[in-house]
Amino acid sequence: MASLTNRAKVLEQKPMSFMERLYLPAIFKGMAITFSHMFKKKATINYPEEKRPFSPVFRGLHVLNRDEEGRENCTACGLCAVACPAEAITMEAAERKTSEEHLYREEKYAAKYEINMLRCIFCGLCEEACPKDAIYMSETFAPSNFTRKGFIYAKDELLIPNPVTDKEKYEIAKGLREAQLKNK
Amino acid sequence: MSEAVKTVKVTIDNITVDVPMGTTILQAARMIGGDVVPPAMCYYSKLQGSGGKCRTCLVEVSKGSEADPRPMPKLVASCRTGVMDGMEVKNMTSPKVEDARNGVVEFLLLNHPLDCPVCDQAGECHLQDLGYQHGKQGTRYEFKRRTFEKHDLGPYIQLHMTRCILCYRCVFTADQLTDKRAHGILSRGDHAEIATYIEKSLDNNFIGNVIDVCPVGALTDKTFRFKNRVWFTKPVNAHRDCKCCSGKVTLWQRGEEVLRVTARKDQWGEVEEWICNECRFEKKKTAEWTIEGPTHVSRHSVISQGHYENTIQPKETFTAVNGGRNPQLLMDIHSVSEVNNPSIDLSLINGPATSDVYNHSTKQS
Repeated sequence: MASLTNRAKVLEQKPMSFMERLYLPAIFKGMAITFSHMFKKKATINYPEEKRPFSPVFRGLHVLNRDEEGRENCTACGLCAVACPAEAITMEAAERKTSEEHLYREEKYAAKYEINMLRCIFCGLCEEACPKDAIYMSETFAPSNFTRKGFIYAKDELLIPNPVTDKEKYEIAKGLREAQLKNK
Repeated sequence: MSEAVKTVKVTIDNITVDVPMGTTILQAARMIGGDVVPPAMCYYSKLQGSGGKCRTCLVEVSKGSEADPRPMPKLVASCRTGVMDGMEVKNMTSPKVEDARNGVVEFLLLNHPLDCPVCDQAGECHLQDLGYQHGKQGTRYEFKRRTFEKHDLGPYIQLHMTRCILCYRCVFTADQLTDKRAHGILSRGDHAEIATYIEKSLDNNFIGNVIDVCPVGALTDKTFRFKNRVWFTKPVNAHRDCKCCSGKVTLWQRGEEVLRVTARKDQWGEVEEWICNECRFEKKKTAEWTIEGPTHVSRHSVISQGHYENTIQPKETFTAVNGGRNPQLLMDIHSVSEVNNPSIDLSLINGPATSDVYNHSTKQS
C-alpha cells in the first residue's frame, strides 16, 4: 500500500543480541540513573514548613482593599459581578450615612459582599474590571474546608485589615509582592 | 396621505429617503434607522421645543438643496434643521462630524464627575454610550470640576446636579405634562443648575417622568436608589388599570421583587407613553401588575446580559419521575449567604437601604 505521506519510516525489527538478551546491563544502567538522582537538587520542598514564593502574576484569594485612611474602596458598582464568568460574586449596596464617613470612601458602599469560592475560577477578571481598586487577588489560596458552607466568603473574610487601627496585620496582608516588584 | 403633503428627497450618508416637508434631518435619519442616526442628548421627539442645546447631533450638509446646491458653511444641529428637497447630509461618513462630535463629548464630560460606579443610571446612560463611542481615554481638564449645593426634590426624585448636562428635557417635561412647573434652571453659565426656587419638592402626579427623560443620572428614582445595578434587574413589560395614565410600564425585577418601574422606551431611548407617579413609585409588588413578557433589549446593551426573551420554561420532571418525591436540598443558600436575604424586601423600602436595614439580620451558622 502506498503511504499517504513520504514521512513514513519502516521499522526494522531485528532479533536481540546476546548482550541485550542478558538484560542486566540495561538494568544497571537504569539503576545508575536512579541512584544519580540522590545527588541532584531536590525538586520538592517540605511544604508547610517551607513555602515557595508566588509568581508576580499569581492570582489567589480575593482581598477587598481599603484606602490609606482605612475606608473601604468598594462602591458596589457590580462590575466585578458582571465580569465574573463563574457568577461567584454577589453584593448588596447601601447608602452611607453621615456617621459612617470614616468607614466607606464613597456615598454608596457594599453592605454585603460575598464570593463563592466553590464557583470562583481565579481568572482575575474581577480585579481587572474594578474601577475603584477595591478588589485584588492576593498571594494566598482558599484553605480547604470540610463543608461547603465554609466557602462562601463574606466581607469579614475578604476585607484587608485596617491600615490605621491594625497596621501590622495590614502589612502582612499586603504581602511582599509590591516590594518584590519594586526591587526588579 | 389624505391631504397632499409635499414630500422631499433627502440623502443621508448616501441613503435616500422621502420625507414630508418640515421634517428635521434627525427625524429623517431616524426614518432610515441604523448607524446613520446622529446621537441626541437633548432632543426628545415627544417634547416640543426640545433640541438644539447639546450639539451632539451635529451633521455636515454637503448640498443645501436642489435649488441651491451650495454646502452649508458650518456643521448644523440636525435636530433643529429642516430638510430641503435634494439635500445631502453626511453624518458618519464625514470626518469633520466625527471630529466635532468628539469635541462636544469632551465638553459634555468636562464637568461630569464620572461616578458611574455609584450612579444608578449606569448601564442605560446615554452619556455613557456617547462617551464610549466618542470619548477619550483621559481628560485634558486640569481644574476642579464644578460642584453644587445639594437640593432636595422630595421623596421620589433624587437630583445629582454634578451629572447634569443641562439638556432642558426635564424642564420641557414639567411644562408640557404638568400644569405648574416647580423646577427650572437657575443661574447662568457655569453656575446654571436644575433646582427649585425655594426648597420645594416636586409633587405633580406626572413629574416622575423627568427621571425617564433625563439622559444622564442627574435625576434618578429615589425608590430605586442603590437597590441594584440596572443590568442585574430583569425588565418585563407589564400593565395595570390606572385612572390617570395608560398604565403600560416596564418593571425591573429581581426575582419576584419589583425594584423599579419605568415607562416603556423605544429604540431611541424615548418614552412611549408617559406614566403617573402612582404607577412609578407606589406599585412595587408583582401582584399589582399584569405581566406581559420580557422587554426587548438590544443585544449590545449591558442589560441584555442574563436577559432572555422568547424562552420556554421546561416542565420540571424530577418530581414526576421520582414518584412524587421532591429533590433533596443539600444546602439552603440563605443559611450561609447574607445576600438576597428573604427577610429584607428591598423593593418595599422607600429610598436607599442603609446599614440600619442590614444590621439587624445576622449570619446564622
